[in-house]
Amino acid sequence: MIKNRKIDIKGFVIEGLTLSSALFIIAIIIFMLVVIINGGKSAFSWEFLSAFPKEGMTKGGIFPAIYGTALLVIIMSIAAVPFGVITAIYLTEYAKENSFIARTIRFAVRTLAVIPSIIFGLFGLGFFIKFVGVKMDGLFLGGELKWGQPNILWASLTMALLTLPVVIVSVEEALKTIPRELREASLALGATKWQTIKKVVIPGSMSGIMTGTILAVSRGAGEVAPILFTGAAYYLATLPHALSDQFMVLGYHIYVMTTQSANVDQTLPIQFGTTCVLLLLTFTLNIFAIILRYRIRKKKIN
Amino acid sequence: MSLFKKKTIPDQSNGITFNKKKIRWDDFFAEKIIKGVAFLSIAIIVLIFFFVFREAIPIFTSNTLPTKVKSDSSLVSTTTPAANANQQETYGADNTTTAPKQETYGTVTKDNAPKQEQYGMQTNAEPKQEQYGVVTDDNPPKQEKKATKTEDKAPKQEQYGVQTNDEPKQEQYGVQTNDEPKQEQYGVQTAEDTANKIENKEIATENTSENKITEDNNKNALATLKSRDWQPVSDNPRYGLLPLLFGTLKVTIISMLFAAPLAIMAAIYTAIFANKRMKEIIKPAIEMLAGFPSVVIGFFALMVIASVLQSVFHYSYRLNAFVGGIAMGLAAIPVIFTIAEDALTSVPKTYYEASLALGASKWQTAFFVMLPAATPGIFAAILLGIGRVFGETMIALMATGNAALMGLNPFESVRTLAATIGAEMAEVVFGDTHYNVLFLIGSMLFIFTFALNAIAEFYVKGRLLKRIQGK
Repeated sequence: MIKNRKIDIKGFVIEGLTLSSALFIIAIIIFMLVVIINGGKSAFSWEFLSAFPKEGMTKGGIFPAIYGTALLVIIMSIAAVPFGVITAIYLTEYAKENSFIARTIRFAVRTLAVIPSIIFGLFGLGFFIKFVGVKMDGLFLGGELKWGQPNILWASLTMALLTLPVVIVSVEEALKTIPRELREASLALGATKWQTIKKVVIPGSMSGIMTGTILAVSRGAGEVAPILFTGAAYYLATLPHALSDQFMVLGYHIYVMTTQSANVDQTLPIQFGTTCVLLLLTFTLNIFAIILRYRIRKKKIN
Repeated sequence: MSLFKKKTIPDQSNGITFNKKKIRWDDFFAEKIIKGVAFLSIAIIVLIFFFVFREAIPIFTSNTLPTKVKSDSSLVSTTTPAANANQQETYGADNTTTAPKQETYGTVTKDNAPKQEQYGMQTNAEPKQEQYGVVTDDNPPKQEKKATKTEDKAPKQEQYGVQTNDEPKQEQYGVQTNDEPKQEQYGVQTAEDTANKIENKEIATENTSENKITEDNNKNALATLKSRDWQPVSDNPRYGLLPLLFGTLKVTIISMLFAAPLAIMAAIYTAIFANKRMKEIIKPAIEMLAGFPSVVIGFFALMVIASVLQSVFHYSYRLNAFVGGIAMGLAAIPVIFTIAEDALTSVPKTYYEASLALGASKWQTAFFVMLPAATPGIFAAILLGIGRVFGETMIALMATGNAALMGLNPFESVRTLAATIGAEMAEVVFGDTHYNVLFLIGSMLFIFTFALNAIAEFYVKGRLLKRIQGK
């Protein structure tokens, strides 16, 4: 009895320790949310969301940054989602589970997921701008500098590479939830493999594709390192009109305002406000994704 | 007839096989395209590898490839040797007269674009090209003088005289000079033929010395890579990577000491102790942290964590390795947590049940059965966490103080590898030694994370499978 009780106490302590570390992490998350939302609350107004920065960024809004983020994310999704979905389809539908090719592709995808984002920035600079862009200028414009410099297209493509694994992983997960019987029924009815994929597999995994897109968007909206030198600008008086324009982006705006602006104290409300906007944006997107994913997993169990 | 009839029976079966064999082109192409696209991710890795390294290579090859160095200093590598010599001349002459180039130069630096390209173009379209032609016509002795000065330029001079006439850039030049007020200056210059000649002479020597300097730069860079100072922007630049490496390691260790125990404990709780309901709350909540952009975590560290920790520990630098480490730990927690939790849940349920049946309590089972079984997975989790911290840029930029110090004190500012790239890349000149060194740092980071991932993938997973399957 006594021995048992002793063990129970120890077990209780250990269980409590693990629980408290879990709760501690959650507490930090909540604390961060509260501090940032509390700090950003005062800056929030319609003007803040819809106006250009004024008076050396100390007043006014962050509209160009929001616009630039949205544009970046849209172009990025257009580039990343089709490629991600197709790769996931190849991995689940065509490739044999343990074939060399499938394993290599999976390894490449995981490597893409762990490569530091700054490396993507370097790659964007070295490949898209200095190689593709400069070559394009040489071919089409006779050496006039248009594509061989940072712009929104290259930034978005760089970001697309970064978010590609996010899309692939969640689409693959969704494709695996589609029961084998559905595929077999379709094939038994005389449909070809491609028809089965087109009419059965892809519609059935729409929610997975949505999840992947949302997660990719939330990742892309928050990352700054890849676009530091592939297109983000400190301040622009106009919105980007063409793919060869530079753009402002929320994350870079925060970074620049906190570390490189002349009067940090004066811009503090704007800094908090911008961070709050970015955090709320990625947070809502993530919650959406989690709900969708939860529904997919539930479907899998059923 | 009977023969024909007999044939009809196999014909039917033939018909079926024929149907099977019929190639459906849309199916065929779909498969090929899908397969091709799937290879893209491999191609991207190879491309990243290639292009990041390509920019870092000039540091090592500077001594063996003198032509490359030349193009580094002032010239465009694509132009013909004749044009090369040509440019050198005009470039030099330009220095003496402060021609329109200076203005264009300014605009180029503003958007830190490929200065070299524009620059090269400009020199091609310089007003001096024509003037130069005049000069050569007027006084042939100058050519000889130059021939004595620089060996490789001598033969090109004569070629050049022929070439200037059919060079397409002359047209551009015509347009440019018409708009520009410098035409008058130019006129003055031709008048002072002899003076110009002397200038040219000086310039030629200047150019060669410049080449030497860049060569020395690259040599120096290579020599100073192992030094203890990181001073890329100074008269005598030193590219010591040691303090950066040291700073990165320091921050990584601090963040792992903070994040790994927390995340693994939390993973143990969710995987073993928690009931289903708690699990469904805790798991997504912690994964939520992965959705926090690193800029936001960096901002939080800069504004809140730094102040809070300073009031607790009373250190002198507000931003230091400790603050940065804690903030990066926050970024690494979800990575470690997710993978560790996966590893723990993938341990077969029979282990757990067998241990309980033998009379072990829940915590004994957790620590002496489940945890050892999942060790490789937890090891992988920590490795990937390290990878995340090692390459983290924005938090390092915002919260570590960015001073390349090498003290052991955790409350000192540090500068990490990734932050160095992020902070300095925007300001360097394309093709400069500094630029190449930054790419070298990038390739180091790439190799490191690639290796970490490879270890986590192949070694650890293989061992995990072996352990769980009991082989």
